[in-house]
Amino acid sequence: MYDAPDTIDFSSFVRPAEQGRASMDLALDGVDCAACMDDIERTMAAVPGVVSARLNLTTYRLRLIWEAEKTNASALIAALAKGGYRAYPFEQSRVEQEETRRTQWLLKCLAVAGFASMNIMLLSVSVWSGNATDITPETRDFFHWLSALIALPAAAYAGQPFFRSALASMRAGKLNMDFPISLGILLALTMSVVETALHGQEAYFDSAVMLLLFLLAGRYLDQAMRKRTRAAAGNLAALKGEIAQRVGEDGGLVTVPVGVLKAGDQIFVRPGDRIPADGMILSGSSEIDTSLVTGETMRTRVGSGAQVYAGSMNFDGALNVQVTAAGEGTMLDEVARLVEKAGEARSRYLRLADRAARVYAPIVHVTAASTLIFWLLMGAGAHHAIIIAISVLIITCPCALALAVPAVQVVAAGHLFRAGIFLNNADALERLAEIDTIVFDKTGTLTLPDPNVVNAGTIAPELLRRAARVALSSRHPLAQAVARLGVDATPFDQVEEVAGAGVRTLVDGIDLRLGHAAFCDAQVHQPSSPDVSLIYVRYGDQQAAIEIRQSLRPDAMAIVETLRRRGFDLHIFSGDRPEAVAPLARQLGIADAQGGMNPAQKIAAIESLRAQWRKVLMVGDGMNDAPALAAAYASLSPITAADLAQAQADAVFLSDRLAPVAQALDLARQARALMRQNLWIAVVYNAFAVPLAIAGYVTPLIAAAAMSGSSIIVTLNALRMRGVARKDHTERSAPTPLTVATQEHRA
Amino acid sequence: MNVLVYLVPIALALGITALFAFMWSLKNGQYEDSEGPAHRILSDEDVKK
Repeated sequence: MYDAPDTIDFSSFVRPAEQGRASMDLALDGVDCAACMDDIERTMAAVPGVVSARLNLTTYRLRLIWEAEKTNASALIAALAKGGYRAYPFEQSRVEQEETRRTQWLLKCLAVAGFASMNIMLLSVSVWSGNATDITPETRDFFHWLSALIALPAAAYAGQPFFRSALASMRAGKLNMDFPISLGILLALTMSVVETALHGQEAYFDSAVMLLLFLLAGRYLDQAMRKRTRAAAGNLAALKGEIAQRVGEDGGLVTVPVGVLKAGDQIFVRPGDRIPADGMILSGSSEIDTSLVTGETMRTRVGSGAQVYAGSMNFDGALNVQVTAAGEGTMLDEVARLVEKAGEARSRYLRLADRAARVYAPIVHVTAASTLIFWLLMGAGAHHAIIIAISVLIITCPCALALAVPAVQVVAAGHLFRAGIFLNNADALERLAEIDTIVFDKTGTLTLPDPNVVNAGTIAPELLRRAARVALSSRHPLAQAVARLGVDATPFDQVEEVAGAGVRTLVDGIDLRLGHAAFCDAQVHQPSSPDVSLIYVRYGDQQAAIEIRQSLRPDAMAIVETLRRRGFDLHIFSGDRPEAVAPLARQLGIADAQGGMNPAQKIAAIESLRAQWRKVLMVGDGMNDAPALAAAYASLSPITAADLAQAQADAVFLSDRLAPVAQALDLARQARALMRQNLWIAVVYNAFAVPLAIAGYVTPLIAAAAMSGSSIIVTLNALRMRGVARKDHTERSAPTPLTVATQEHRA
Repeated sequence: MNVLVYLVPIALALGITALFAFMWSLKNGQYEDSEGPAHRILSDEDVKK
């Protein structure tokens, strides 16, 4: 799929810079050490015309600036490729830009809150020690006014993330955690100003600002993790390096990145290419494999006028395709409509922290109000009673409570990130933890996305090795499956490709052929099952038929067994034919396996599980799974999934194995347990602090100590989470799947 | 206590300077890559041989 880069038109990614220069951002693959950074920057700086090359080691992106006249984008990418680094032009998605902007904003708020709390604490400590010794009322007032001078503008700026969110939640009529936080801060500040004006002894400026500081730290870390995940996912998308052959106005072909294709463009799809965009065939006919779209593993023959979808693999004929937007009545249109409807249910999910806030906020506010009434009835002055009531609000101000969930969220997302699982949604972890039923798609989810050789064990190893080596020279999908078996990655020198027949070369003077039965002069072999594709090999008098089909992910059996033992209820809902689904389900021991389902049927099946109060996790990759992914309680997709499916999934995993599904569920449960523990810690803290506050013993000093103490305990508790080791995801579908597949074959 | 009259403003001014320095570094993109600079310092590229 990755073509020689020097022929691709990258102009859409190049931005003009000042002084006749041009710049471009590239996502890089193959950077695995810090020394690479030096190597890349030095190599690129040495290319004539390059003004600057700077690699960001956090996001693995390279920014190149060069003299527009002296060199061009393609040449630079070729130079990188020569150094062993696969690079692809990259454009930040709108979502990622938004994340970056928000991260910076939170960091600014954090800086302001940090500055303010340090300075106020300096003044507060002086007042506290002065109160114990001999501070004059004038000095104390002066210090309090100074604190107010710092705290008020700082809180007005740094408190924005909370105030805005609280306002939004008030307008929506459902209170979230930010509401009690904002109320607490505002009341603490108001009371402190009034106290200062009345020459009082106690002001809570430090508590209010410190609360902001702690909470902002939690929010910032959460946001930074999310940004990092988004960047990694963006790189992966860019590195797929999808290109298309666009037919130019003069009828010539221009290779362009898929991202720049527009409706109405005409594209040319060669045999062995994936169809890069949805469209209608203008001319040509071919067999296409639509497994990424519908889950169907049997190839279908299409001709002019047929609708084709992005991600389908074109097998044997060249196609001229007109790119279309989603048309009426096409599958894409239907899928998009179902997705929209299905997603509504999930947006109603109420996060753990907000559920806690709903219980917590009324209790706290009622307690504060009763404290006020209690002290008024006891005959205390109105001023005194109000101070005590507000101190109740401040001490209960949910510092630990508000940090309880984000702290765990950050740690868990970090562990998942290192395990190659990228969270798309902030609340996905909480939903994953509640799962009790798992629905798998078959094609591309339980099985590997690309087909594999299944009868390697029955072919002479030497012949197979030669077949694999000659297959390296062909773009045909079946040949590529054979090529993946090879250990020798160097193609033969002179290989002749005979269109529509196969490839041939001479080895030690003997003819080696790989292709159709007739081309190889081989006996026609009876395939062992209808979804098996055949390719033949002949070398001298040796010959063999190689069977190729979709095979299970290497650890699918083990993971399915583990999940079942843990009590998950497992199902398979596939778009493939029932007779293709049944044997696989038997092998995995999954009782409920349904085939031939269209997107609407998948949703209906998930709805019926939900009606039994099941919490369903959908794992799927096809475009036809997208609505089901949106409808399920939680969803996962492999990174090879169709774009539409990935966009609907809560998390995307980067592996040839199924293990990330189990890992994600494990980590999510661990995370939820810790979140609950943290919420209980907050409750226990309040159980001690609130009576003290009601009794009127809480001074600003105690408030400050209690607040930081509880926050630290909650954070430390979150850090107890154990990570999962990252299984070598880089391992491509090497011969490993064969063992499983051959067993299946013999069974 | 008269000393406070000028010491406190000085302290605040220093703090605000630090805050502005931070804002400048943020705007300058110094927080965009938190890994790279740690390794960059080991590179001898700028040393004339």
